[in-house]
Amino acid sequence: MEVAPPLGMLAELTHRCPLHCPYCSNPVELVARAAELTTDQWLGVLDAARDIGVLQVHMSGGEPLARPDLPVLVSRAADLGCYVNLVTSGLGLTAARLDDLVDRGLAHVQLSVQGADAARADRIAGTRAHAHKLTAAALVKERDLPLTVNVVLHKANHDVGALIALAEQMGADRLELANTQYYGWALRNREALMPTPAQLAAAEPVVRAETERLRGVMEIVYVVADYYEPYPKPCMYGWGARQLTVAPNGDVLPCPAASVITTLPIENVLSRPLKEIWYDSESFNSYRGEDWMREPCRTCDRKAVDFGGCRCQAFQLLGDAAATDPVCSRSPDRGVVDLLLEAPAARPEFVMRGPAVAR
Amino acid sequence: MPGKPKLRKGVRLTFDKTRDTHVLLFPEGVLVPNSTAAAVLSLCDGESTVEEIAAVLARRYQGVRAQDVTDVLARLESRRVVEWK
Repeated sequence: MEVAPPLGMLAELTHRCPLHCPYCSNPVELVARAAELTTDQWLGVLDAARDIGVLQVHMSGGEPLARPDLPVLVSRAADLGCYVNLVTSGLGLTAARLDDLVDRGLAHVQLSVQGADAARADRIAGTRAHAHKLTAAALVKERDLPLTVNVVLHKANHDVGALIALAEQMGADRLELANTQYYGWALRNREALMPTPAQLAAAEPVVRAETERLRGVMEIVYVVADYYEPYPKPCMYGWGARQLTVAPNGDVLPCPAASVITTLPIENVLSRPLKEIWYDSESFNSYRGEDWMREPCRTCDRKAVDFGGCRCQAFQLLGDAAATDPVCSRSPDRGVVDLLLEAPAARPEFVMRGPAVAR
Repeated sequence: MPGKPKLRKGVRLTFDKTRDTHVLLFPEGVLVPNSTAAAVLSLCDGESTVEEIAAVLARRYQGVRAQDVTDVLARLESRRVVEWK
């Protein structure tokens, strides 16, 4: 098959993070500081990424501001002609740091928000974070940079009306309201995070009305809770189709969660050129295109719409990354998801994300 | 049309050597405009009217009408690439 060049790269500069969110989608086993790529190694990754066609670089983590060399990396990505996005908790973002990053070519900030009010947000973040986020949003707006606010929705914060009002007050240009996906640490908290059918039903008309009211002012992107849906999400718009992720240690992943697929032979930028990994590696080619699909995907009229859904979800729930995403109502394994939804609605406590392993 | 078109805040038009084409970069992703759209976008400076843009393009390409420019801009506005000043 014809493989197109990648459009975007998620550069996970570090797994270190000041927050302890129970919905964290980073792996249970985090990359320790000592194993992170050096500045020169990241500069090489940026050069190689632009060379194979990457146009958008998302500086992410953990908290990318935890890397003192972030300004140098932003400069390089911007100088290469990439659109540079900072994906941040807002903690550690000061006027001076932001001025410097904007001077170096930062184009956009994506700020996470944990809840509509400080008490709830701080409980979910596991630290006093909310006030910092209001400050960070103001700093971004003062510099007239586009701002996206991102909220991971779950049982304990599913108040979309109040969240939309907050984002509006923060001056966001875009608001992403994304129901939790259960990868990495979040899978441990699935029962505590899973929104109820009543919450989802209540949210839907609010999102619809507010999207209309705010048209032209703030774009609202609502990501549905896929366990409740009849069809899977078009995960990554296809495996190895548009984007790649580089983990803090240089591991290159077809999607940010792909390390959950323990059968996947993951490659590293330190041992193989990025170009070869994108075009020739087993990890990127395993689920690329449609040839890997079995029934019911192979003959399905939706295979070009959702690409068989999420490989990570198939692996996590069925132990087989080449299976149809069991969220799909046409999957013979949909019952696995239904069982999870039918489980008694206990309200277990969150298992908060601990500090990064020190190894 | 209601004024002068400009790229929305955060939208950048640039040339990508890898793909040998103009690309539009913005927070949501990347768009590859066709050559007509790229030509129009490169003139969307927030200072020029649709008529002025059409006049510049008409000097470069035959048979460009203001309505063509308006149509291109309407599509780009719906993709949140262009706004009016």
